[in-house]
Amino acid sequence: MTSVQGLVASPDADSQRTLYPYVTGTSVVGVKYKDGILLAADTGASYGSTLRYKSVERIKAIGKHSLLGASGEISDFQEILRYLDELIIYDDMWDDGNSLGPKEVHNYLNRVMYNRRNKFNPLWNSLVLGGVKNGEKYLGTVNMIGVHYEDNHVATGFGNHLARPILRDEWKEDMSFEDAVKLLEKCMLVLLYRDRSAINKMQIAKITDEGTTFYPAYSLKTFWGFSSFANPTKGAEGSW
Amino acid sequence: MANPKQHANWSPYDNNGGTCVAIAGTDYCVIAADTRMSTGYNILTRDYSKICKLADKCVLASSGFQADVKALQKVLSARHLIYQHQHNKQMSCPGMGQLLSNTLYYKRFFPYYAFNVLGGLDAEGKGCVFTYDAVGSYERVGYSTQGSGSSLIMPVLDNQLKSPSPLLLPAKDAVTPLSEAEAVDLVKDVFASAAERDIYTGDRVEIVIVNAAGIRREYVELRKD
Repeated sequence: MTSVQGLVASPDADSQRTLYPYVTGTSVVGVKYKDGILLAADTGASYGSTLRYKSVERIKAIGKHSLLGASGEISDFQEILRYLDELIIYDDMWDDGNSLGPKEVHNYLNRVMYNRRNKFNPLWNSLVLGGVKNGEKYLGTVNMIGVHYEDNHVATGFGNHLARPILRDEWKEDMSFEDAVKLLEKCMLVLLYRDRSAINKMQIAKITDEGTTFYPAYSLKTFWGFSSFANPTKGAEGSW
Repeated sequence: MANPKQHANWSPYDNNGGTCVAIAGTDYCVIAADTRMSTGYNILTRDYSKICKLADKCVLASSGFQADVKALQKVLSARHLIYQHQHNKQMSCPGMGQLLSNTLYYKRFFPYYAFNVLGGLDAEGKGCVFTYDAVGSYERVGYSTQGSGSSLIMPVLDNQLKSPSPLLLPAKDAVTPLSEAEAVDLVKDVFASAAERDIYTGDRVEIVIVNAAGIRREYVELRKD
């Protein structure tokens, strides 16, 4: 029997693992507010430093009570969505009136991410999971090696450097929807200015006890006329 | 060469920082850890508990790689649940000490990157502390510290509590002479000091006190910068 080399995997072929990502999404930011959780992410997906796709939804609804936002490898995110689809459907088939809440989904994701890192075959993502069930708000995150935590506000990637300091200054318990959106937009604007893979097309998704709402993607108003943008080294010490 | 990119520098480990301390007295044990979780120069969250209650009189504080620590806590909790079903009692602290050592050594060639201090009361109601390395070497001591701030704290504990030489014959008890309140105050001081110099220690210290009456918790705020 012959096989065209490269088309059919031979038993001794090197196994394929994600040791570096191909198409990646940048930061996701999430906050708790009065009625639930808000998630924000831009809709860009980069192929290295090329901006390859400009309208990729990186926030999805999971079951009835959860929202999932992803940065990192887009194909791995899509695989995670397939895992979660199966999880939710198999849980639904019990037809016992029970449904998985954000806590359960987050716990499942934590175990999947950690399990894959144990096999040296990571899912190359940082995930944000938000949700509300029975009036209880939940916001957590997990990354590709399984590190996970909950907080009142979370961010992935560059968002950890640029958005979380803003959130720590300005986030308050029980913010109104309008204030929380303004806060997210401020974070996304800073990311747009300073993260080269961020694009000016972003999406906000909301989850409350009433369910999920996805707002259509929109652009932020930018101002590039700051003097420090025009001449960033002016006034800096040194000879350059 | 099959694929020049095959070996990217991905690491299955991270160091999320944190400091753990435990002090044993004649009839109490104090176990403490800060609540900061970091990666590199980022603070991920200021409110993450590193302390896990494994049995009625047995408390584990762990720092290192958070995902491994959580997996380790899950294994120990599950093993303790089985133990309760089989023996209809709580595992003793020295028993849990041996179980933790075996659990760590089981993964000797892909270790849990976790630095543990186990504290509680032994079968006689005396305070006990067990201190570990990542692959399961362990020792019963009177006091110990592990994690990112341990090099700042250990000499202070040695200075304040000095344990008797383990070479003495007959063996002397390693428990500290301090009262419970004095030990709690010492823990607050060493954490405040470690938070001054160690960037991975801060935000808040969670102090768990185990004595005959049960388990009590205290929190003290630390530097947040």
